[in-house]
Amino acid sequence: MHIIVVGLSHKTAPVEIREKLAVPESRLREALSRLCAYPGVREGLLLSTCNRVEVYAVVEELESGYGRVQEFLADTHLSLSSEHLTPHLYWHAGDRAIGHLFRVASSLDSMIVGESQILGQIKDAFEVALTHKASGLLLNKVVKKAISVAKRVRTETKIAETAVSVSYAAVELAKKIFSNLTEKTVLLIGAGEMAKLAARHLIANGVRQVRITTRNFQHGLELAQRFNGTAVPFDDYKAELAGADIVLVSTGASHYLINADDVQRAMRQRMNRPMFLIDISVPRNIDPAVRPIDDAFLFDIDDLHMRVEQNREDRLREAAKAEQMVVEEVAVLGQWLQSLEVTPTIVALRTRSEDIKRREVDKIMARLGHLSPEDRAAVEAMASAIINKMVHGTMVTLKAEATSASGAAYVDAARRFFNLEATPDGYTAGHAEGSEGQEGSAASNGTGRLPDTSLVPQTTKEQGRRVS
Amino acid sequence: MSSVFFMLTMALYFVSTVCYLAYLLRRAETLSKVSLGITAMGFATHTVALVARMADTGQTQLPTFHEALSFFSWMLILVFLAVEFRRQLHVLGSFIVPLALISLVTAAAFRSDEASSLQPVFKTLWVHVTLSMLGTVGFAVAFVAGVMYLIQDGLLKSKRFNVLYAKLPALDYLDHLNQQSIVMGFPLLTLGIISGAFSAEIVRGTYVNWNPEQTWAMVTWGFYFAVLVGRLTIGWRAKRAAYLTIIGFAGVILTLIGVVLKSHGSVS
Repeated sequence: MHIIVVGLSHKTAPVEIREKLAVPESRLREALSRLCAYPGVREGLLLSTCNRVEVYAVVEELESGYGRVQEFLADTHLSLSSEHLTPHLYWHAGDRAIGHLFRVASSLDSMIVGESQILGQIKDAFEVALTHKASGLLLNKVVKKAISVAKRVRTETKIAETAVSVSYAAVELAKKIFSNLTEKTVLLIGAGEMAKLAARHLIANGVRQVRITTRNFQHGLELAQRFNGTAVPFDDYKAELAGADIVLVSTGASHYLINADDVQRAMRQRMNRPMFLIDISVPRNIDPAVRPIDDAFLFDIDDLHMRVEQNREDRLREAAKAEQMVVEEVAVLGQWLQSLEVTPTIVALRTRSEDIKRREVDKIMARLGHLSPEDRAAVEAMASAIINKMVHGTMVTLKAEATSASGAAYVDAARRFFNLEATPDGYTAGHAEGSEGQEGSAASNGTGRLPDTSLVPQTTKEQGRRVS
Repeated sequence: MSSVFFMLTMALYFVSTVCYLAYLLRRAETLSKVSLGITAMGFATHTVALVARMADTGQTQLPTFHEALSFFSWMLILVFLAVEFRRQLHVLGSFIVPLALISLVTAAAFRSDEASSLQPVFKTLWVHVTLSMLGTVGFAVAFVAGVMYLIQDGLLKSKRFNVLYAKLPALDYLDHLNQQSIVMGFPLLTLGIISGAFSAEIVRGTYVNWNPEQTWAMVTWGFYFAVLVGRLTIGWRAKRAAYLTIIGFAGVILTLIGVVLKSHGSVS
């Protein structure tokens, strides 16, 4: 059994390919059932965002599994052929596939490193896979771990601390001029998208007073309602300057709406209280001659872009730390996955039952010193018979189910019933639907019917369920 | 005993100054904790040194320039620790601790152990020195806030978003700190000058005799008065206030130098 990922992202494929592969939410269910219908595909999860389309799957055989998933991807769009796709795809299996998912979830593979959207998208994809029972024990475990790794990365590194969008950079700068935004007044001149976004960020960061002016007063009124602010007539915008601590300008005007004299006058009225002017318009709407005026801080779109660029570099530095965390976490999960192999489980089960028998026999023999050697042999044989019958069903079931869809679940259950060794952190039963729900009854059925008296022969040709 | 602790304090402030200056250049925040720890240790030994010195000579000696400067340095660190604990403004240490070190080193230069006898009337001198020094601490903090303001202002204007930019607080907070420091320092200096005038009356029979350092002191007082009134009435805030408080503090330093030159060690 192998965990694999086949997919493409903004790093490997142009948008023309990505948009064709993208699966809209409404068709996710259908796509998932198509994926799981391929022979040899045990579990599946489909992550489709505007920057990546990836299929995570648990397959029986590596090579054929890769082929099936690639086929599935090619089938999502009529105009795509498998050969067409190959140059854009990446394939990972085992630890590398898990590591890839961890990196994606932690936003290390994102176009903007550290952005938080991807984690939500993974949660959504997982939700869909869970509801349609496409994911089982293995994927459930791996995806849940990926989500917790992503959270760890967010809290333990500064990867998401700085602004990486132009609109948010404006907020960051505002906070270096005003320590507390709640008492500040924002004046929004014009209603460009970026300015509206910046205004929304400012409000989210505490600004309560918003004044809005647009050429179309009606539009201004609508916006004012949306931002819980006040609309003012466009003709008055110069008079509004003095009362504004933060001025956001983005209009389609082709000339300067605000010049140095306007700002000088406003500063005098404000008695030199600092003023933060953000010009997000192209062509610019605030005369650059405003820059040298004391206590007035003018930033245009290029300044904001520059800030964003620097922050990206900071994030990349933090990303290196996050990569290290991913490596650690993959190792932890790898241990758990290894424990799900059948052969070592059977060996462990046999060792454990032998142990118990030995201890109990020794204890009773010490008290029954008078027994003849024949009697001793008989007592020991009885102990062996009991213990063997106890575990026989489990062993048979484990081997019989080794290649079935829920094999790993049986192994996991057996390990826990017989206390063979602790499962790794964070794993709790009952979370995952599907295969895990069946594991309890199946395993107890196994121990219920005990037709044979001997232990399963030690050497078995049966291939343990490898999850590499 | 006090001299041992005094030297120890100087050593600790020196190390913490180095750490705090290194902190300015480095991205990591851990250095600020180390620096703060060393500063706190220095403050503890400084307190012991001051108390021991008082016990040694205290009431029997005229307040000297050494004591005044050592006390000034101690108060500066106290104010810094208070702001640091309330606002976690680590970067303030990078500015205040060096200033405290400079003043302590200067104090060391004026240290003398010879005791001169003190007539009861000179006790008012202690009041005068203490109050004036407390006022000066306020102006020193305003000066530091002003320097930090101008740096941050310059970084924002020139769009240089470096490590220092990240560490310095918002402009309006620095302006607020500047204002608060003067609001607290000014009345203390006023009381210091009044008590000084009383001392002078007792010693010389006149309240004011307009010698150069007294004149300077009055000019400084008038200057800070103007700074305060200007802020409240005609908007001398932000960058302007930062410049003014830096100039004002230079005036304070000049007054102190004048005092030293005139009296060779004892404050009058």
